[in-house]
Amino acid sequence: MKRAVFKNRGLPYLLVLPQIAVTLVFFFWPAVESLRLSFFKTSPFGDKTFFVGLENFQKLLVSPEYYQSIVNTFVFAFGVSAIALGAGLLVAALATQKVRGLAAYRTAVLWPYGIAPPIAGIIFLFIFHPSYGVLPYWLGFVTTYEFNWLLKGWVAMTLVIIATAWTHVGYNIAFFLAGLLAIPASVLEAASVDGAGSIRRFRSIIFPLLSPITFYLLVVNLIFSFFGSFGVIHAVTQGGPGRATEIMVFKAYNDGFIGLNLGSSAAQSVLLMIVVIALTALQFRFVEKRVIYS
Amino acid sequence: MKRWTVVVLVVTAVFLVGVPSESLAKTEIHFWHAMGGQLGETVNELVKQFNQSQAEYEVKALNKGTYPEVLTGAIAAYRQKNPPHIVQMFDVGTQTMLMSGAIHPIFQLMKEQEIPINWGDFIKPVTGYYSKDGNLYSMPFNSSSPILYYNKDAFKKAGLSADKPPATWKEVGEASKKIIAAGAAKCGFTTSWPSWTMLENTFPWHDQPFATNQNGYTGLDTKLLINGEFGVKHIGQLAAWQKEGVYSYGGRMGQPDPKFINGDCAMLIQSSAVIGGFKKSLKFEWATGQLPHWGPPYKKQNAIVGGGTLWVMKGNKSTDYKGVAQFMRFIAEPHQQMWWSVTTGYVPVTQTAIKNLEAGYHFKKNPEQWTALSQLSAKPTANSQGHRLGNFIQIREAIESEMENIFAGKKTAREGLDAAVAKGNDILKEFAAANKQ
Repeated sequence: MKRAVFKNRGLPYLLVLPQIAVTLVFFFWPAVESLRLSFFKTSPFGDKTFFVGLENFQKLLVSPEYYQSIVNTFVFAFGVSAIALGAGLLVAALATQKVRGLAAYRTAVLWPYGIAPPIAGIIFLFIFHPSYGVLPYWLGFVTTYEFNWLLKGWVAMTLVIIATAWTHVGYNIAFFLAGLLAIPASVLEAASVDGAGSIRRFRSIIFPLLSPITFYLLVVNLIFSFFGSFGVIHAVTQGGPGRATEIMVFKAYNDGFIGLNLGSSAAQSVLLMIVVIALTALQFRFVEKRVIYS
Repeated sequence: MKRWTVVVLVVTAVFLVGVPSESLAKTEIHFWHAMGGQLGETVNELVKQFNQSQAEYEVKALNKGTYPEVLTGAIAAYRQKNPPHIVQMFDVGTQTMLMSGAIHPIFQLMKEQEIPINWGDFIKPVTGYYSKDGNLYSMPFNSSSPILYYNKDAFKKAGLSADKPPATWKEVGEASKKIIAAGAAKCGFTTSWPSWTMLENTFPWHDQPFATNQNGYTGLDTKLLINGEFGVKHIGQLAAWQKEGVYSYGGRMGQPDPKFINGDCAMLIQSSAVIGGFKKSLKFEWATGQLPHWGPPYKKQNAIVGGGTLWVMKGNKSTDYKGVAQFMRFIAEPHQQMWWSVTTGYVPVTQTAIKNLEAGYHFKKNPEQWTALSQLSAKPTANSQGHRLGNFIQIREAIESEMENIFAGKKTAREGLDAAVAKGNDILKEFAAANKQ
């Protein structure tokens, strides 16, 4: 790697200053504020505030709803990541084939990423809603199965997982595509000459070479599912039916902004932060060792 | 590229700093509300009429989304010391607003501004809900109650009388089964705002207590009472009907409406507020009936008002409040009352407006607009004056989550309601703790 050398000692600091300022103002400040709020009980309009110590945390840790939201979060995050990564890799592999209109095809598969999650949620509602969705209407002609995720929790969960994965798959495709195109054709040709079939080539050459990207995407997808997946759930299920799709970030929002219980909401944000920091640290420590960086 | 970046930055900076506004001739009164669609247009029209009626004040109405979003927005604005003058809040936000310390009670505002309003003219179920110690704290605006809408075409097809809606739950069940058997609709009925229609109103309608302390009116240490014999019977019956297809749960808020609009369900229990919208959009013959009742041994009492009231927020220039008071007087006038009610489906809330409408045979010509009002005519009891529960939005959510578990067959009616009560009582305890004096 090439090392950049600055003659002026102050310049590098000046150059990173905007980034540090943004990080401090938009990340650290709110995080510290959440931490502070989590030790208080506040009336909705903020006119009465009491210090309650760890009560907000203690209440969460004995609440079955909170544990359910943790389970939901993991089901959701791994579901979204598995589908978004799997589908992303598949589509990216297809987009490396020599077909006509390749450029247009590659552009088209990236499109879903450009759609804001709440809009994606609304689109899914119009397709899947039991009362006015197109798909349940068509299903009604061929089967008596009632596609009613307003009452069936696991159907609702599947739906929000697919909707969220769909919004995120474009991002994965872009990275996988770049990774696939960076694999030297000569290596693959040599393998072909040695008699490796396409599955063998994928397993022994392509997948290991893609592992740094896959690892990076896994981390990003998980964190995205933990934090950034709010829009779809808000638009589609609002955490229902019966809390079946209430993931941690949605519960934190709901308790804070709908329930006006800011202390509990802040405590949930702090716990969520800890979970995500731990998860990321763990992954970097144990998984990174097995990842091949070229 | 770089030049563009500079331009964008400069433009952004100018906007952030704020374009110096020219001095306005009229004082602006900010009014945040939650009325969308047809209702929102009606609010805009009402505000326009007020603005044209005088030259001093300009009311600016702004739709800030759903009621909880309006509340959250108002709280944020209040904390930043820049609150709107008037905030529309729904019934379940009442206790939160009352305890907030951020509001200017309407009775006091009108007294201070020396604009007399005959509060005695307002109907009891409305003033009862929004009063504290006999004084009205927020301005009655959009008041409704849940009624039964039915598809006359489907009733006829099933051989039922299209002019006689089912009055009891037993009749609702029987009519539904006939309708399904005749292929007139896929399901008998569905319910919008499930907690509001099926519990919060069904309890007072049968003179059953919803919570202790006269539904929260006489103290903060309130506990829910919905898991008693009556609640279990009612919700248990709905769950059984859900299994049979007689009842079809369709989600929260107004989400189930499409089931009725597209003809899937022959009946809908929903707020009278949608009458105006239904008149424009429904493609079939329809009419309304009162909220179904279980009959004896339960007494038929009154429904409670839903919808919202207008709260005046503290924290604006003292001179603005004269304009706020004038706007409040404007909407309380019989003419505006009548126009608002006739256009939307909300009930007129003053005796004068009701009398005037009767004199014009309005209710004879539009019986659907009489239905909701007729449910509010009885003198309210301790069980039916309304609900005053802190964090009610969250409680409603807890109740609806459990209703979903019950209708999905995951819990029995008793288990689900027990869980809802336990969770609801926790929330009430939180509220009491955060609001201890």
